[in-house]
Amino acid sequence: MNRESPGVALEMRGVTKRFGELLALDGVDFTVRSGTVHALLGENGAGKSTLMKVAFGLTTADAGSLALSGAVRRTPTPRAAMAAGLGMVHQHLSLAPALRSEENLVLGGSGAYSPAAATERLRQVSADSRLEVPAGVATGALSIVAQQRLEILKALACGARVLILDEPTAVLAPSETAELLAWIRRFADGGGSVVLVTHKLRDALAVADDVTVLRRGRVVFKGAAGETSEEALSRALFAEAPMTRSTVPRSEAGEVVVELRNVTARHGALAIRQASLTVRRREILGVAAVENSGHRALLGVLAGLAPVEAGTATLPATRALIPADRLRDALIADFTLVENVALRGAGQAHGLMDWRALAGRTARLVARFNIAAGSGSAMAGSLSGGNQQRLVVARALETPVDLLVADNPTRGLDLVATSFVHDQLRSAAAGGSAVVVHSSDVDEVLALATRVIVVFSGAIVECPVDRETVARAMVGARSAA
Amino acid sequence: MTGDRARTAVWLAGAVAAVLATLWVLSPTHDISAVLTAFWRGSLGTPSALISGTMVRAVPLALLGAGLCIAFRAGVFNIGGEGQLLLGAIAATAVGLGLGQFGPLSLLIALALSAAAGALWAGVAAGLRLRFGVLEVISTIMLNFVAANIVAYLVRGPLQEPTDTYPQTELIPAAARLPQLIPDTRLHAGIVLAVLACLGGWWLLQRTAAGFRVRAIGASPTAALAAGRIKVDRVAAGALMTSGALGGLAGGVEVTGVTFALYENLTPGYGFAAIAVAILARLRPQWVLASAFLFAALETGALGMQRDAGVPSVVATAIEAVVILAAIGAGRAWRRVSPVAAGAAS
Repeated sequence: MNRESPGVALEMRGVTKRFGELLALDGVDFTVRSGTVHALLGENGAGKSTLMKVAFGLTTADAGSLALSGAVRRTPTPRAAMAAGLGMVHQHLSLAPALRSEENLVLGGSGAYSPAAATERLRQVSADSRLEVPAGVATGALSIVAQQRLEILKALACGARVLILDEPTAVLAPSETAELLAWIRRFADGGGSVVLVTHKLRDALAVADDVTVLRRGRVVFKGAAGETSEEALSRALFAEAPMTRSTVPRSEAGEVVVELRNVTARHGALAIRQASLTVRRREILGVAAVENSGHRALLGVLAGLAPVEAGTATLPATRALIPADRLRDALIADFTLVENVALRGAGQAHGLMDWRALAGRTARLVARFNIAAGSGSAMAGSLSGGNQQRLVVARALETPVDLLVADNPTRGLDLVATSFVHDQLRSAAAGGSAVVVHSSDVDEVLALATRVIVVFSGAIVECPVDRETVARAMVGARSAA
Repeated sequence: MTGDRARTAVWLAGAVAAVLATLWVLSPTHDISAVLTAFWRGSLGTPSALISGTMVRAVPLALLGAGLCIAFRAGVFNIGGEGQLLLGAIAATAVGLGLGQFGPLSLLIALALSAAAGALWAGVAAGLRLRFGVLEVISTIMLNFVAANIVAYLVRGPLQEPTDTYPQTELIPAAARLPQLIPDTRLHAGIVLAVLACLGGWWLLQRTAAGFRVRAIGASPTAALAAGRIKVDRVAAGALMTSGALGGLAGGVEVTGVTFALYENLTPGYGFAAIAVAILARLRPQWVLASAFLFAALETGALGMQRDAGVPSVVATAIEAVVILAAIGAGRAWRRVSPVAAGAAS
């Protein structure tokens, strides 16, 4: 305890973490002062989550040191982190929905369970922290806000003085966000510390004392929130990356094939609300959004997979989807290439499967899209990631469609494969399809799109195809009027 | 494939261990060579044991097993073979008693309705899953008890034989029974249906669009939905009901081919043994025939040991249970060895 440096709640030095080829964290220094709110910003894959997992002991860093309240920890485990006063509230809440609120609060504790004691504990922690959560209610029946509060209470009940909140405002409505931010402020004023992991610049600047921005595993900005601006931060967040140039000439947009009117739809806890949108033939509509903005609900509606809760959605007859998670939503790893090709349209097929014809189609796709595969009877799971993605794209583009929805169509692909997929998307548009493409890489969206919309907090904003404006809209920064 | 070898090795090891352990337990009190002879003569060693015993017993196992392959391939765990078989048996008995005078026509109706009854019984579980999200593992096993009690009621009430003495129905007329295939044996035409069911199951899964959907939802419900636009719940319900239909048909075939009457304990656990049959066949209907024959031989051999060598039936049942466990364990081991192949169980 004698090496306690006053005023520092969490200190990480030179933290480096590799996942195979990927350098997720590259010598990151991160210091949280006691009694402050520290906003940790970064794009998807910038390393925010990995850094916080290292802090909480969920993963071990390859190099670097970690000190909590001045005490250096050698064997980081979540248990040790919690004992040292660190609490983490994950983005996906991890409460047992069937248990009552007070049961969830003491879940994971030891010794005998007493309903009265648990209820009393909930009342007490709730009163101490001024976060209201009713006792005796099934957790699943609580609102998202109350569940989130319960998660925070759970950390506080374990004695947490440093709270890591991973995107806490993603699932909240604006008024709820304001309430949570106000609570965070009070908690810090009372001597606690908060790491606020977020995509939303406005939230960060509204409440944080310090700001750190990560990009590709490195700290690219560090400073006091009062001395920076939304503009400076959005520039730090989105580094410009070289992108493929179009080789397919752009053509005039054609007739309207997609029309959404005041559509409300959901993807998990995230929603798109009152969205209106039209998409025309021969245009590539780029959907720019940071994670948890509700854009997945929009893409789900366009793909015909998410039910429309309110409003009307007019979709064309022929649609194809390139999903973000190829091994979950696109391919069956232990089916052959031929069977995976057959999967498209399998819901409507009847009678017998014409395997001979399907094998022929597969062979043509393999040749046309340069898929490196032994034969059509190879298992899709035996292909490299890039070739799996080529197969997904090949299947989606095999026959012309009215609407093509592509979600991160080049995830995990190298440059050659990426430019190949881009060209295919552009050709599809030139051939008369309406193409909607989302990528977590804003530069990819801008490289492909003939028109851009930004989804932020469940709302759609039309944007000029301009990097600065789009990047600011993605994080909810006021536009430079 | 290494997965195949690991799977077979685990199963064989389990089976051999079960047999050796049993022989070791029996060695102080029994003449081992007599026990083995009794097993052999009870299962395959004599024409009568082979044809009237093992082959006849393989028929319901193959029918149920083919159905379970379809359900399991869809990722639906139908544990309700017993109940579905009993509902089929009830339907076949009712038709045989009511329409028996029409002969072969009555037989056809009996078999068709037995399949329909089995499908409907499985359909109860399918409906519970679709409407209320009840796990079919729970509902199908519960429906087994309900079915057994319905049979118990019927054979003491509405369908009891005229003298009201025995808890069973009257025998169905000879004209309304399945024809004997080989004179002076118990082998009946139901075996043809069993062969057709296995080949048909294979054809369905490999050649038809409906079967492809079944395999797709079992292998990856998410990809089946997003990439195939397959209505996962409906296909799962269809697979469960198809499985139920074959279970019901097994019951109809037992009544019209073997027992000619309905009574309690009509099934010595065919619905459960068929799970092992399907797993040992690696969920491929075309291999179910061999697998069903093997399990039938184990059961008749065990009965032979009890009859001729005085080995108590509990010992025989225990051996069988260990062999079934080994088969299931081998399935698990195979999944562990070959995670990529696990989903399809192909």
